[in-house]
Amino acid sequence: MRDVAVIGAGCTTFGEKWNTSFRNLFVEAGILALEDAGVAGEQIDGLYVGNMSAGRFIEQEHIGALIADYAGLATHHIPATRVEAACASGGLSFRQAVIAVASGMEDIVVAAGVEKMTDVASGASVDTLAGAADREWEGFVGATFPGLYAMIATDYMSRYPLTREQLAQVAVKNHFNGARNPIAQFQQEITIDTVLKSSLVADPLRLFDCSPITDGAAAVVLAPLDRAREFTDTPVKVLASTQASDTITLHDRRDISTLDASVAAGRRAFAMAGLSTADIDLVEVHDCFTIAEICAIEDLGFCRKGEAGRLTAEGVTALDGDIPVNTSGGLKACGHPVGATGIKQVFEIVQQLRGEAGKRQIDGAAIGMTHNVGGTGATVAVHILGV
Amino acid sequence: MSVARFWRKIPQRYNLIGTTCTTCGRYFFPPRSFCPDCRRAGNIVDYKFSGKGTVVTHTVIRTASEQFEQMTPYVLAIVKLDEGPRITAQLVCAPEEVRIGMRVKPVFRKIAADGDSGVIYYGTKYVPAE
Repeated sequence: MRDVAVIGAGCTTFGEKWNTSFRNLFVEAGILALEDAGVAGEQIDGLYVGNMSAGRFIEQEHIGALIADYAGLATHHIPATRVEAACASGGLSFRQAVIAVASGMEDIVVAAGVEKMTDVASGASVDTLAGAADREWEGFVGATFPGLYAMIATDYMSRYPLTREQLAQVAVKNHFNGARNPIAQFQQEITIDTVLKSSLVADPLRLFDCSPITDGAAAVVLAPLDRAREFTDTPVKVLASTQASDTITLHDRRDISTLDASVAAGRRAFAMAGLSTADIDLVEVHDCFTIAEICAIEDLGFCRKGEAGRLTAEGVTALDGDIPVNTSGGLKACGHPVGATGIKQVFEIVQQLRGEAGKRQIDGAAIGMTHNVGGTGATVAVHILGV
Repeated sequence: MSVARFWRKIPQRYNLIGTTCTTCGRYFFPPRSFCPDCRRAGNIVDYKFSGKGTVVTHTVIRTASEQFEQMTPYVLAIVKLDEGPRITAQLVCAPEEVRIGMRVKPVFRKIAADGDSGVIYYGTKYVPAE
């Protein structure tokens, strides 16, 4: 197996992009990544794109071919593959690209993610996202995605010490970071009061506990590590790439408040990289809801079960804390174009490890981690990157 | 949801017909045709659940998908059936009434409908049993 490096990365701004189409989102991110890598289109051996539901959001399938075409690569006949695992589509796209390069089958590979969510009404998008859970036995009876995570929160708060204010602090912290990220959908700081006074979506979760509906795309370029310096002076090495699955329904899990797939993917990643949590300088976790960040910090092993709320309130996960979490603003403030999120997490870590993260830069960041969840935890992808 | 897709699940949705593995004694709802524990050594047969159970966790849905928008707010819960399996279901009770550990029993109810002239979906909801 060959060592793999990220040699370029690009990302559109995230938000409600009424003037931009699905295909133009992808092209914009792709060009940014290729320019960053100094790679020409004809050098690309393969293209992977994470996308959850173009079929429901824009009534378009066959996304691999579409984006290869509009990226101007159709006449080169490069293989283009769509990867789908709900909100973890981007993380799996990155992992497929890593596997392609590591195997020796392909050298210069683009891993991308794209989602165009605002071309349907909000009720339709809620319904589409519910397809990430079990349509027959969760969605059918009226379970929404916020509703499922709300049931995790209800279970968690009945068993562990987590206050409503500590939960709100996750959103406050992520908005603080988002306000320092030029691509973020929300660049305004908020207070705990903002969260607690926002409308209830699914008790106990309120509007400001939830990640938004977002349009956006992100792309990165991968190469074998031993070729990386042909393209860049600052290659970012892929130290671990892991993935795990679990039951599709929340109700079938061993433990409602533990994402066992996060635990498994995290442990495998640390083993693969030969590292421990103490070696990680920053981590991008899948905070589709505030409770999801609390669970992620614990399930990845950064603290024991029941401690993440207190640590968040104490600032341990803040930009200047011991283990900064979601420096990009996370899904909450940076936005959550579902198929693009896993790639955006890698984009953020690459910026941080190169020292290009501006006002949210973590000094001396050398090793970063990404954690991307599909559904309520039925798929988890974890990556560790280092310089 | 197409008529056939709903129709083929009527035994499960109306009458809580699940399955059990006679090799290991584990119960499945919704039914599984393959035992994850015994795998090929398993022997799966139908089993009718009493439906009685206990609330494991819950929420109140206030923003719903299109089919359920008219019903908000409604209580959603994970219920642990007495035989072991857990299911997700609506509770027919006031939002302030639901609590973890509450005993519940099944009732036959309309779940949703495809607009004004489409299929009406029936199924099982739960009510407090105490």
